[in-house]
Amino acid sequence: MTKEKIIGRPQGLYPEFPRKGGAAPTATHYCPGCGHGIVHKLIGEALEQLGIQDRAITISPVGCTVFAYYYFDTGNLQSAHGRAQAVGTGISRSQDDAIVLSYQGDGDLASIGLAETLHAANRGEKIAVFFVNNTVYGMTGGQMAPTTLVGEKTSTSPTGRDPLETGFPIHMCELISTLRAPVFVERVSVSDISHIRKAKKAIFKALEIQRDKKGYAFVEILSPCPTNLRMSPVENAEFVNEQMEREFPLGNFRDRSAEAEAIVRRESDYAKANLDRLFHLEDGRKVPETGEPFHGKVQIKIAGFGGQGVLSLGLIIARGGVAAGRQVSWYPSYGPEQRGGTSNCAVILSDEAIGSPIVYRSDILVAFNRPSLDKFVKDVREGGLILYDGTIGDYDFPAGVRAVAVPAQRVAQEAGSAKALNTVMLGVLLAHGGLCLSALSIDGGLAESFEEKPKLLELNRRILELGRTWGRENL
Amino acid sequence: MSETQTQLEPYPVIDPLECKACGRCIVACPKQVLAMGTELNQRGYPFAIYLGSGCIGCGNCYYTCPEPNAVTVHIPLK
Repeated sequence: MTKEKIIGRPQGLYPEFPRKGGAAPTATHYCPGCGHGIVHKLIGEALEQLGIQDRAITISPVGCTVFAYYYFDTGNLQSAHGRAQAVGTGISRSQDDAIVLSYQGDGDLASIGLAETLHAANRGEKIAVFFVNNTVYGMTGGQMAPTTLVGEKTSTSPTGRDPLETGFPIHMCELISTLRAPVFVERVSVSDISHIRKAKKAIFKALEIQRDKKGYAFVEILSPCPTNLRMSPVENAEFVNEQMEREFPLGNFRDRSAEAEAIVRRESDYAKANLDRLFHLEDGRKVPETGEPFHGKVQIKIAGFGGQGVLSLGLIIARGGVAAGRQVSWYPSYGPEQRGGTSNCAVILSDEAIGSPIVYRSDILVAFNRPSLDKFVKDVREGGLILYDGTIGDYDFPAGVRAVAVPAQRVAQEAGSAKALNTVMLGVLLAHGGLCLSALSIDGGLAESFEEKPKLLELNRRILELGRTWGRENL
Repeated sequence: MSETQTQLEPYPVIDPLECKACGRCIVACPKQVLAMGTELNQRGYPFAIYLGSGCIGCGNCYYTCPEPNAVTVHIPLK
């Protein structure tokens, strides 16, 4: 058999696309004459030639290439609309050896993702960005894009783009070239074979820069979309060459690849022991399995002035819930004031996964001051419990709720810590039983919160008991 | 390729199932040795065919084709 050279599918792309399914498992989902497949092949070839495929992570955008992970035989992530380069930043910074490819269309990159794009470029992230510009939103059915030409008809500019109404086409290469950090910026086209040969070089270069860790490379690729532009593939090639190129001139805008130096970031450490230490999950500190049976959901709102222990009381309850094996959420809310503002938090304890941490109807309200009562009393469900500090005085509560004035400030002060009024409230809640948490679980929450302050832990344990005793005697 | 097909000329192989009949390869071929066939593939598209001789192995058809697997160009090494 004669030896031969074969020009064909590169290693960077899968030989079959089983994730896609359908009648032809070796064909893409793209329309006839689409430019994406051409760009995929050029990227796949560069990955193979540079020997970086095993380190490459492709980020799929939202748009027609949302399914790029069907095709690229690399690591793959699909990011939220426009966020590809923010996600890419995370990958690049956490995996210093990764080659990050962000593959995006004009809607994703130049419209909803414009901020992420410019800031990633401005930070000089180590990402190769492939920006496929075909002047139209493909996946959603041919709407006007930021890059739609003046006068170009789309489904949302049926009489042609009018700059008075919708502005002018946005020039991404030119915008990015105003920034200092990017290493390489070039605009190419895949309209026809002579352009494809040049595009191949730019794509290779952008990935070579990633291999050498030099920073941000941006390649804009003018590309046909015969389906949405309602042209034959041949007409579309002419449209790209004549009309698009007039608006978006091809060429290199920046090439600092020769002088740019490799960016070396500090190494990330994902050893489990170190992560456990970071999140206080070392083996010696496992939460006790109390095995308390529980069915349902308890929703708690705690509110008061900043400094009254509002947020920390919520945290202790939530941690107590964790100790009891519950699903929990703790959702703090505070105003822009650094001092003296009101703050509140919502805590949910549940036997099921919690969808939203927001509490609209509370079973229990703990209010440390009058404004908190004014704000949250109406949200307490019928039959619910309100604990409020005794210093608030008389208050006109609606019918159907149980409101209890707790001398929290006084008890805390007498016990030796005026700040611990929240712990008094916790003791009263324990006596009431509405949290459906045992004393052991609550103590677990308390112990975790005062982990680094053993003296305070003992004091608060004592104050918790005082509150609990008060609750037993007065509820 | 099977041994009976050993040729000294380069030649393209077009997989009918993956062709979507966009016609880009036909335009890109400098020797005009590709044409749109008249048969339909399993998916209902006509597909491009090689006229059988004249290929110079430039690879234009492969590079201009939007499908990764539809075209391979075989170039015998002498």
